[in-house]
Amino acid sequence: MTTESIEISAIAERVIREDAEVAYPDECCGFVYGKIQDSKRLIQKAIPVLNSKEGDKKRRFEISALEYMRAEQNALDLGLDLLGVYHSHPEHPAQPSEHDRVQAMPFFSYLIVSVKSAKSAELNSFQLNDDRQFKQEILQQSLNV
Amino acid sequence: MARLIIPSPLRKFTGDQASFESTGSTVNEVIQQLVEQHAGLKPHLFDQEGKLRSFVRVYVGDEDIHSLQKEDTPVATETVISIIPAIAGGKD
Repeated sequence: MTTESIEISAIAERVIREDAEVAYPDECCGFVYGKIQDSKRLIQKAIPVLNSKEGDKKRRFEISALEYMRAEQNALDLGLDLLGVYHSHPEHPAQPSEHDRVQAMPFFSYLIVSVKSAKSAELNSFQLNDDRQFKQEILQQSLNV
Repeated sequence: MARLIIPSPLRKFTGDQASFESTGSTVNEVIQQLVEQHAGLKPHLFDQEGKLRSFVRVYVGDEDIHSLQKEDTPVATETVISIIPAIAGGKD
């Protein structure tokens, strides 16, 4: 079963948008952390990580295994759950590609921010369903955090 | 027993269990014991030919098993094994 709605704190959203603009025209990437309460996800924190893709970073991103292990440790240290990954699509819609889908993991929310002319634009979130297809989550800014 | 760390996105298949203790003596035996107990993990770890999916990495300590003896890498009582999802993507 997939979560249908997800909230994001203003600060986490700002971190993602700023990272996307700084990395432009390359793709940025990072992890998101938070809590699941009553099947609703709340993203409280976003932490950028290095796009370690060798080659064309304008259309690809990759996070190293060591960065991933660090992210799991961060979640423990913060007392939060590792809820997913964000990345940017420079000059491209905030929709997942087939390339995104085949590498995606269950449970994680995949946030994608579009960047147009170096300015962040649409921000969407997706999660794999049981058929390994992406389903868009309803992303709202949290009023509480 | 060797200890295997389950990554966050796969814990819904282990009842939120973050680690798994195994009597296996190789990485392969440990992972096989894991999927025997938690069958829901299988499609996320193995492809249709029964091989580890290319997007799943396995580390023993801080070393990728590909730089060791791959799935035949021996494990000891204190060995910590990590399953690490490859995180990658990008626009078409």
